[in-house]
Amino acid sequence: MTPLSQNAESQDGESVTDGPDTVSKGTIRVLQLYPRDMNIYGDWGNALVIQQRLRWHGYTPELLEYNVGDDFPSDIDLIVGGGGQDSGQLVIQDDLLSRESTLKDMAEDGTPMLLICGMYQLFGRFFKTRTGSVIPGIGVLDVETHGTDERLIGNVTVSSAEFGDILGYENHSGQTTLGPGVKPLGTTPKGIGNNSSDGKEGARYRNIVASYLHGSLLPKNPAIADFLIRTAVERKYGSFTTGAPDDRYAVRARELAARRPR
Amino acid sequence: MLYFSVPLGKLVRRVSRLRGGGSALPGLVVEKIDPEFMQRTLSTLPLGVAVVSGTNGKTTTTKMVVELLESQGLKVFTNRTGSNFTRGVAAALLGDVDWRGRLDADIAVLELDEAHAVHFVNRVPPRYSLLLNVLRDQLDRFGEIDKTAQLLQHIASKTTGTVVLNREDPRVARIADTLDGPEVRYFGLDDSLLSTFPNDDDLRAGPGSPVPALPGKPHADVVLRRVGTADADFEYDGATVTTGMKLRGVYNIFNAAAALVLARCIAGNGATPTDHDGLLKALSEVAPAFGRGESLVVDGRPLDLVLVKNPSGFRLGLKSFPAGGYATMIAINDNYADGRDMSWLWDVEFDSLREGGVDQLTGSRAYDMALRLQYDDVAIGAVNPDIAPALAAFIQGAKGKPKRVFCTYTAMLAIRRELSKITTVEVVS
Ligand SMILES: [Zn+2]
Repeated sequence: MTPLSQNAESQDGESVTDGPDTVSKGTIRVLQLYPRDMNIYGDWGNALVIQQRLRWHGYTPELLEYNVGDDFPSDIDLIVGGGGQDSGQLVIQDDLLSRESTLKDMAEDGTPMLLICGMYQLFGRFFKTRTGSVIPGIGVLDVETHGTDERLIGNVTVSSAEFGDILGYENHSGQTTLGPGVKPLGTTPKGIGNNSSDGKEGARYRNIVASYLHGSLLPKNPAIADFLIRTAVERKYGSFTTGAPDDRYAVRARELAARRPR
Repeated sequence: MLYFSVPLGKLVRRVSRLRGGGSALPGLVVEKIDPEFMQRTLSTLPLGVAVVSGTNGKTTTTKMVVELLESQGLKVFTNRTGSNFTRGVAAALLGDVDWRGRLDADIAVLELDEAHAVHFVNRVPPRYSLLLNVLRDQLDRFGEIDKTAQLLQHIASKTTGTVVLNREDPRVARIADTLDGPEVRYFGLDDSLLSTFPNDDDLRAGPGSPVPALPGKPHADVVLRRVGTADADFEYDGATVTTGMKLRGVYNIFNAAAALVLARCIAGNGATPTDHDGLLKALSEVAPAFGRGESLVVDGRPLDLVLVKNPSGFRLGLKSFPAGGYATMIAINDNYADGRDMSWLWDVEFDSLREGGVDQLTGSRAYDMALRLQYDDVAIGAVNPDIAPALAAFIQGAKGKPKRVFCTYTAMLAIRRELSKITTVEVVS
């Protein structure tokens, strides 16, 4: 058996995760948005990756959840939000609108956030369903989404100047159009992305990364995970020093994923 | 056409068999020249058609229902899983009817994939339906869990006699409210077992955390009260009976409660009174369907194949088959029949494998699995996406130890083909 990642270099049997003799470089408070209703498609994977990589970089993660009706926790350094099916989105909709100003302030202030699929849509200006009813979003992102009868499903490769190739899987029938206030996360040499017309995927705004990709997204795209982590740490402690995560499995998983058919 | 379709179909079937072909061609031929063949033949059955559907456990449950009914002296027609449901049933019927198109059976018990459900029940309204569960399975195929629930609801709404529902799965239990035609019956689980049986809605709830009972749970005809290592307690007719079980895994044994409810409904409607002892004896003898927790022998030691295809199934598999003392291999493919989206691996906790580690990872998504285990601090022996050499290395490295292989559907087929070269395996193509 090969010892794993984290401290593969430690030969003296030190504990692999934050053991007593490891001095933490600081604590980062990570908030999962609505994990009870918006957790479809492995969104836990994104929260787990943030948590573990914080440890591997020498920081202490503190993972918190926010669900409908909870008090909104203070001093949050990083937010992850996932996808849900239509019923989940209906459940959280009013609660999310009641948190509009809090989340807007955090976004404008530079809090790093990862928003996947349904949460990406709800952070936009609105979602117009196939039948024409309009579900208001919280307008953190200058995007709008229109429901369609067409489901966009399959493996995706996104080409991004900031993060390199981003690998994942899409499954959505809402099509999103970006306004001038946001940039796309990248273009899609393989797969569809935001909508079936412009070949762009996801949105970037301040320190927000929004995307349709599951997979889960962060495990196979550690560059995005480390961007969110570095940003959170720098905002809180002024500077970030990297650890030595072992990404050899991620590298191989990316190679194989890139070769899978659409 | 009618007079010629059956002999012609049977002829095509015979020729195609001689040439080593599968069931698709004869099914296709009879479908083309006689599209009414399937429903006409099935409609002649005195006890009608029973369908079994749901995301997890259809194959084993269908097998159980068939064996339970056979214990009551009934002649049962059933189908094997195949690529095209209607064509597969038509082909299987061709094999069983006589040259004049008569089927010598009392009832048909059919495993119905959600993908083919609507089409089939619109053509052949079942007299009985058994709806097991709605779990996160191949969402890329169906879009959403709620959509799968709607498909099951459609099966229920087309059922003319009795619908048997899982009381513990809210999406399935809720179907009862939408029905006014058929009679509704339930199978259920003891409260003490609920926590070992998570549904997707409490995927993130910690292990063993209590799941609140639904308010006003309906009465269940059969309740699974306890699961032992080789036996189980079922409660029905106001008494609790203990019976030995060859099946392993809580979820298989829960589905035994489901099969019992359906078999009791069907047998109870027959001419002869139900033989309760016979039912129980048959239940205790049911062996798992291929890949569903079945045990093969390799190098004189057991090798268990555990099919995993969605997060709940994988979690239950890990829980039902503890890792202690076993060498472990995991084989993950992402072909269409496996589900293409790997996200589901991230909804399974692998802590239970931490102590012994995993010896071998394989399949087209072996490195996605490696990454998943890395994030749960589970040690990994070797990774090789190529299944044949990976399996050989696993067997070689685990000499003298019992072995367990968790695998997705197409990985399981590949592993069975490899194993058939060294041991006795029923290979299903
Ligand atoms: Zn999605």
